[in-house]
Amino acid sequence: MTPEKGGRGMDEAALLLAIGDLNAAYADCIDDDRLEEWPDFFVENCRYLITDRASHEAGLRHGIIYAASKGMLTDRVMAMRGANIFEPHRYRHLVGPARIDRVMDGVAEARTNFFAVRIMHNGDSQLFATGRYLDRIDVAQTPFRFIERLVILDSQKIDTLLVLPL
Amino acid sequence: MSLQDSGVDRGLSFPSNALSEVPFRVYTDPEQYRIEQERIFKGPTWSYLCLVAEIPEPGDWVATTVGEVAVIVARGPDGAINAFVNRCAHRGNLLCLTEKGHNKEITCIYHGWTYDLAGKLTGVAFERGIKRQGGMPPEFRKDDHHLQRLRVAELSGLVFGTFSDEVEDLETYLGPLVVGGVRRVLNRPAKIIGRSTQILPNNWKLYAENVKDTYHASILHAFLTTFRINRLSQPGSINIDDSGGNHFSQAKMDYAAEDAEYKAAQLRSDTDLKLADNSIIDPIDEYGDQVSVQILTVFPNMVLQQIRNTIAVRVLRPRGVDRSELEWVHLGFADDDEAMTERRLRHGNLVGPAGYIALEDGCVGGFVQRALQYNDDDSGIVMMGGHDAESQTFRASEAAIRGFWKKYRALTGA
Repeated sequence: MTPEKGGRGMDEAALLLAIGDLNAAYADCIDDDRLEEWPDFFVENCRYLITDRASHEAGLRHGIIYAASKGMLTDRVMAMRGANIFEPHRYRHLVGPARIDRVMDGVAEARTNFFAVRIMHNGDSQLFATGRYLDRIDVAQTPFRFIERLVILDSQKIDTLLVLPL
Repeated sequence: MSLQDSGVDRGLSFPSNALSEVPFRVYTDPEQYRIEQERIFKGPTWSYLCLVAEIPEPGDWVATTVGEVAVIVARGPDGAINAFVNRCAHRGNLLCLTEKGHNKEITCIYHGWTYDLAGKLTGVAFERGIKRQGGMPPEFRKDDHHLQRLRVAELSGLVFGTFSDEVEDLETYLGPLVVGGVRRVLNRPAKIIGRSTQILPNNWKLYAENVKDTYHASILHAFLTTFRINRLSQPGSINIDDSGGNHFSQAKMDYAAEDAEYKAAQLRSDTDLKLADNSIIDPIDEYGDQVSVQILTVFPNMVLQQIRNTIAVRVLRPRGVDRSELEWVHLGFADDDEAMTERRLRHGNLVGPAGYIALEDGCVGGFVQRALQYNDDDSGIVMMGGHDAESQTFRASEAAIRGFWKKYRALTGA
């Protein structure tokens, strides 16, 4: 399935909708505290990275979360549930429309802007993170899964800590 | 009664001469914070400025802070590293507005006053007026208005600066033990592989103490105990310089070392977690000395960490009595192969704002700050492992914290 970039055929519209739904489901999973389902959005040999735009554009490879396998994602959830200590809080993601850069050989490359508000257990709320997702998505099978999701934050500054994934 | 007579300028008084009691008001008193800016950050101390690797070419500069004082660090045309205040001599404007850049000279946006890369004033727009009207008066001399300079020193690719003419040279300031600790980790040229910054909702000293605190490590950070990265029962040491302010602690990889007394403490953090993917902690002994963790601090603002194969400089910046920023500069080396680079990136999950063993340090300072709100009349007690600030071969100790207060009190006159 290789719809032309910029074309307005049904295939592309359907793909955009489907990727938008993937993004919404991903955000809901985190925001609804169903984090045990989060790794299932990824293929086994996946990559998930949280970094900032300046570092990413400078070619720095480090991420404040750097996962190079689905196992590393499940470890993040396990540590969050059973080891790490932090005040209870939740996120509310607001996710923009997805834009597809290209589709080739069953892999869609897409980008999506997002905000994440952090709501502390006492109700204090803060715009915690803004940025964009740069994704490579396996669209050859359903459900779609991320081969790679790069979370590129607009700012290098994180307030206090980051323990829930974005 | 003048301010000096009233003793206001002498800083908070401590309840006793013992190092093991710290009045809570050190973390909350705004006047104390001001005294720290003067007596510590602008006083006889060396503050980390940047990496040599950030200003490799003549004309490169970075803008940073010493305490809250804005400074510029620039590589001059002769290759020398210069540091001077980021404040125009004319009307006090900020000269460099961004974090880094490259210029032949520094020009103020406001009235065009120009400085060379050593902070020397070289140009004043309309100095002689226009058509013989205006201009600077005859007694004006550019030589009277050069920017205040800091002394600069380098060690293993780290650049330090001081406002003080009195403080001893950097290596004497650090002492031979800590110099050795820096040279051990940065034994070849480093390169930056990542950066991140944490905003900490607490006084800077709460983080400074936390880093020197080997007591909390296996309790607050469950990850450490569970995966035996840094059990307190593993062989290790705390090395503190004579001033107390600089230190490093080490732990060696010895999985065979079990401690019955330690297990009996039934620490909450000793759980049965098993990683699905071990690569975040799977190390190689890159220094060949079995040291798996080395945490080194330079008073007042720098940490150099080696944890397994993740190496970073942490820069602590005070931003108000109850707020600070911690910048993480993650390092690799020029001779890292792809496997080592990948290993460093994976071990990087242990530290930083989302670090498996660092994220708690991000929030615990804020918890203390909140508990002290309008309830800061008492003192904290810091007597684990004794009352001194001496080097020790065990890490169930707060000796390095006592060392911090020893140096702090010497500087602030408490």
